[in-house]
Amino acid sequence: MQTENLIAINEFCISHNVENSFISSLKETGLIEITTVEETEFIDAGQLRQLEKFIQFYYELDINLEGIETINHLLNRISCLQDEIVLLKNKLRLYETFD
Amino acid sequence: MTFLDYYKILGLDNKATPKEIKSAYRRLARKYHPDLNPNDKDAKKKFQEINEANEVLSDPEKRKKYDQYGKDWQHADQFESSKQYQEKQAGSQKRSYSDTQFEGDFSDFFESMFGGSSSAGRSRQVKFRGEDFNAELHLDLVDAYKTHQQTLTVNGKKIRITIPAGIENGQTIKIPGHGGQGINGGPNGDLYITFLIANDPKYKRLGNNLYTTVDLDLYLAVLGGEITLDTLGGKVKLKVKPETQNGSKIKLKDKGFPVYKNEGHFGDLYITYVIKIPTNLTEKQKALFNELSKS
Repeated sequence: MQTENLIAINEFCISHNVENSFISSLKETGLIEITTVEETEFIDAGQLRQLEKFIQFYYELDINLEGIETINHLLNRISCLQDEIVLLKNKLRLYETFD
Repeated sequence: MTFLDYYKILGLDNKATPKEIKSAYRRLARKYHPDLNPNDKDAKKKFQEINEANEVLSDPEKRKKYDQYGKDWQHADQFESSKQYQEKQAGSQKRSYSDTQFEGDFSDFFESMFGGSSSAGRSRQVKFRGEDFNAELHLDLVDAYKTHQQTLTVNGKKIRITIPAGIENGQTIKIPGHGGQGINGGPNGDLYITFLIANDPKYKRLGNNLYTTVDLDLYLAVLGGEITLDTLGGKVKLKVKPETQNGSKIKLKDKGFPVYKNEGHFGDLYITYVIKIPTNLTEKQKALFNELSKS
C-alpha cells in the first residue's frame, strides 16, 4: 500500500504534543479517518489541516468533543451556504445587467 | 502608529488577574477565531488584536513593560531590549495562535514595543503547518473560457498556475503547499485563490450557459436568411427563419461556456433577436412601406 501521503499517528501526537486518546476520540466520532497499515495507524496528509483545527478547538479554546462535532457540522453548512450565495450572486448579476 | 489598549481589547481593567486575562482571551478567541468565522475579515482582524493583547498581558515581563510604557511607547527602548525578552522565552512550549496562523501579523505598536512577534524567537520543537494564504485573481470572461496558465507573485515568490476553463465567478481553488512556510519543519500552508470574473459587455453567463442579443435588420427578419455570429468558441453560421419576431429566442446547443474540469463538454448559448427598424427612409422606401401596409 502507498504510504507516502500518510502520517503516523504516534509521530504526529509526539510532535504536536497531543494525546493519542484525543485522536482516537476524533476517529470514533467520525471527524477524521484513520488508515491502519501493518498495525500502525496513519492519517492522510489531506486531513492535516482539519486535524490541526480540531486540536486548536480542543486544547486552545476549551471546546469539548461534542462542541467540535457541532461546530464542524455548522461549518460544513456555512460552506454549503457560501457556495450557494456565490451561485445566487452570479444569477442576480445576470438579471441586474441583462435586459 | 496608534496606542492599543490591550486591556480594553480583552474587556478588562488594568488590575485584571492572570486568570481573568486567560478567561477573557479564551472567551473572545472562541467568538472571533477565524476557523469559526470562515471568510470573515472583520473577525480575523479582531482575533489578531485579541491574540496580540493576550501575547502581551499573559506574559508578566511584557505586561510590566506595557503597563509602564504603554502610552509612551516611544520611550520603551530605555527598558530592556526585545531580544532579551525573546531569549527568556526560548524553550517555552506554550502554544499560541501566533505560532501557527498569525506569525508576523502583529501591529506596528507591538513591533515598536516588543521588537516583533515573540514567537519568532522561541526555540520550539513542535512542528506546525504554515499559514494559509488567500488571494484574489481577476479574469475576464474570455480568459475564463479557455484553460490557460498565469504567473502570480505570492509573498515574493512566483507561482505558475493552470486555470481550468469554465471556472466560476467567486470560485476558490486550493494550491497545496504554496501558503506560509511550515514551522519547525512542519508542512507549508495552502494558497487559496478566489476568481473574480468581470461582467462581459456582450455575453452574460449563468452557470455554463451564455446569453446574448443579436441585432437583425428588418428585411432579414421578415424574409429570413443567414447570419455569421462571433461566439467565444469561434464563428458560427446561423439560419434566420422568415418572419422572425422581435425578442424571439433560440438556443445553440453546446455553444455556451465550457464545463469546469469536464473537457469537451459545454453549456448552451441562448440568443435573443432584436429587430432594428430602418431609419432615414428614402421617399421611394416610404412609398413601398405604404404599399405594403395597404396590401
